[in-house]
Amino acid sequence: MDYQVLWFIIVGFLLTGYAILDGFDLGVGALHLFAKGDHDRRILLNSIGPVWDGNEVWLVTAGGALFAAFPHVYATAFSGFYLPFMILLFALIFRAVSIEFRSKEDMKGWRKFWDVAFSIGSIFAALLFGVAIGNVIMGFKIGSDMEYQGSFLDLISPYTVLTGVFNLIMFSMHGAIYLNLKTEGQLKERVKRWAFRAYYIFVPFYAITTFFTMLKRPEMLANFSFGLIEHIDEPHPLIAHNQIIVSVIAWIVVVLNALAILNIHRSLVKSKPLNAFVSSALMMMAIILFFALGLFPNMMVSNLSPEYNLDIYNSASSDYTLKTMFILACIGLPFVLGYTSIIYWTYRGVTKITDTSY
Amino acid sequence: MSVEDLSRLQFAFTAMFHYIFPPFSIGLGLLLVVFESLYYFTKKKVYEVITRFWIKIFAANFSVGVATGIVLEFEFGTNWATYSRFVGDVFGSPLAAEGIFAFFLESGFLAVLLFGWNKVKPGFHLFATMMVALGSIMSGFWIIVANSWQQTPVAYELVQDMNGFTRAVITDFWQVIFSPSSMSRFAHSIVGAFIQGAFLVLSVSAYFLLKKKHLEFAQKSFTIALIVAACASLLQPWVGHISAHVAYEHQPAKMAAFEGLYETQENAPMYLMGYVDEETETTHGIAVPGALSYLLSWDFDYEVKGLDQFAKEDRPPVNHVFQSYHIMIALGMFFIGITLLALFFRWRKSLFNKRWLLKLFVASVILPVIANQAGWYSAERGRQPWLVYGLLRTEDGISKAVSAPEVWTSLILFGLVYLLLLFVWLYVLNKEIKHGPESHAQMETDYRERHEQFDSLNESLK
Repeated sequence: MDYQVLWFIIVGFLLTGYAILDGFDLGVGALHLFAKGDHDRRILLNSIGPVWDGNEVWLVTAGGALFAAFPHVYATAFSGFYLPFMILLFALIFRAVSIEFRSKEDMKGWRKFWDVAFSIGSIFAALLFGVAIGNVIMGFKIGSDMEYQGSFLDLISPYTVLTGVFNLIMFSMHGAIYLNLKTEGQLKERVKRWAFRAYYIFVPFYAITTFFTMLKRPEMLANFSFGLIEHIDEPHPLIAHNQIIVSVIAWIVVVLNALAILNIHRSLVKSKPLNAFVSSALMMMAIILFFALGLFPNMMVSNLSPEYNLDIYNSASSDYTLKTMFILACIGLPFVLGYTSIIYWTYRGVTKITDTSY
Repeated sequence: MSVEDLSRLQFAFTAMFHYIFPPFSIGLGLLLVVFESLYYFTKKKVYEVITRFWIKIFAANFSVGVATGIVLEFEFGTNWATYSRFVGDVFGSPLAAEGIFAFFLESGFLAVLLFGWNKVKPGFHLFATMMVALGSIMSGFWIIVANSWQQTPVAYELVQDMNGFTRAVITDFWQVIFSPSSMSRFAHSIVGAFIQGAFLVLSVSAYFLLKKKHLEFAQKSFTIALIVAACASLLQPWVGHISAHVAYEHQPAKMAAFEGLYETQENAPMYLMGYVDEETETTHGIAVPGALSYLLSWDFDYEVKGLDQFAKEDRPPVNHVFQSYHIMIALGMFFIGITLLALFFRWRKSLFNKRWLLKLFVASVILPVIANQAGWYSAERGRQPWLVYGLLRTEDGISKAVSAPEVWTSLILFGLVYLLLLFVWLYVLNKEIKHGPESHAQMETDYRERHEQFDSLNESLK
């Protein structure tokens, strides 16, 4: 395995961490306005209070890793999708400061403003991530100079809107399940109902999104189709040489993913919120795995010509940098997992309002 | 305006706005460690009150810093894509390292700092405070490492990659980290941050002293911050001198612009204040003859390279750089003066009666912010017209896929949103300060007692 592949995995790992962790706090934000009354809203905010910032760092680090390991992808994507990224930035800014500022003042209008800012910021961020994933699946107008040649409107299509909404629903469900874990009493029952509702919307949307993905981009399956579906360009040697193993593993994950989805419902019914949360996290992990496997070894596909695809080789940094950074990542990531575990362990259990709460 | 101008304006605006907050975080972070250590070791309640109050201020500041910081990381890609392709190999690495080594540390332990009072043991809380302070300093370290490579690029080779794109590739990672300017610039910025954080504490404490409120709190906060501010202010000229020296060695055009020196000369003067006429290429003002030569080499006869050594298109905008550089130095001198004076009165035990001096401290909070901004501005503007010094011009680094209307849109939005943020941040800060620290009586039980209760609760749960 070469360093390019390792970095594809590391960036994927960071984005998976981001999706699972910030996924639930974006979900909590998306649901925020459904909570009535100041006390409930404070509980919601404080349930993510100690962890949201650390969750967002996964995105920041993924951005840095992309810059270091695959600068061409970073440059093409960020400059090509200028306005969506700006909207995402404003969404993240408003979200971040809303959490801090909301409870600093008692006035109704003040709290209302930050409640709305927090929720809209979260909803937009969740939608935009989904739209971005949808676009990566559909491919872009990337020219021979590696620059994006389309416009803002090219990024919005029925399919990408579908993936955006799908992501919002998935995060909302994930958030509701998280809240179910962190609350007690009546509020716990209420957020559990939200989780069920989100689940019933999520399942058909999952089916529809999968259906349209297969319809529009059957080659997303090529890497794990036992060689039945033809690749658009050369498959990576790792895939080509291990076609059967990769396919078998992928299909096992498909089955496990289905079980995880069923287990979300089962655990909610049986009032085992932690179980439901773990299932939901595993489900997201599986979705990202399919997406990464469907794309590999490309990172951005060009609709103009497969020659212009940005893959893990033509977009990567030098081997020396990839190697050095890999060593740094090996030193750093255990620490990251360490602090993350300490923090989640420290703040385990039900959220309560105290004198240090928001 | 062209995409280049707009992108430069946007980056300058968003970077300078962001740069209001991290120095406060770094400076306050250090003071929090001092305050909480005093609490931990002396067990005096007033230090708990002090620590808790400043943590609240720290939190409000930190959140705006985080929110505006992520913007900058995105902007390298959105507005400076060609630059990103060129330097990804070199610049991306410290940026990623900042994420892995600094941000996770900072954000993780921040949770303990803010919400951990009733959850963790006092020793662990102190440890978390130290980790947050360390994280914010490390984050400064990595970002300055990245920036310093742009100022003094080393340990790279220019290669054409398989797409026919020329880019800088690292040949030695450690040399990139310790590029000629990185350590001196890091030290200079961090000391500047300590001054900025300490002056915030000084200002608020002086305000309480003038209002005759929270006196014990204010006197202790003031004294500790004063010591930090005085030490940092005294250290700064020395660190700054080294930094200027490195700039001269590696970016002589920048140094010449700092001092408005057009003509290469021996016995080069140093201006206390002045003004550069870029049309006639002359500098007017009050100068100390020979001082620049002397400071750069300890020899009045040393020949200093002037701007005449550089083609017109390779010179930075001289007057802007000159002014910001001199504002920084003048303010630096002021910090030394005012802190030494205050220390003297403190030693004479008459400081807290000197209302005029306290008033001056209340107002002075803005000055280190200006000094840090001016320093950053002269460093960055002085690098022009280069994006990477001597390697890549600013005009060649912009994104090709971005149009002017797009940047206009984002620039206007940043203007509006940041104005709102600034307003809200000041409002919240003002409210927290007006509210003041919790008085001793208001805190029902001692932290350690509460902690014992918490422990016994834990026991009973087992």
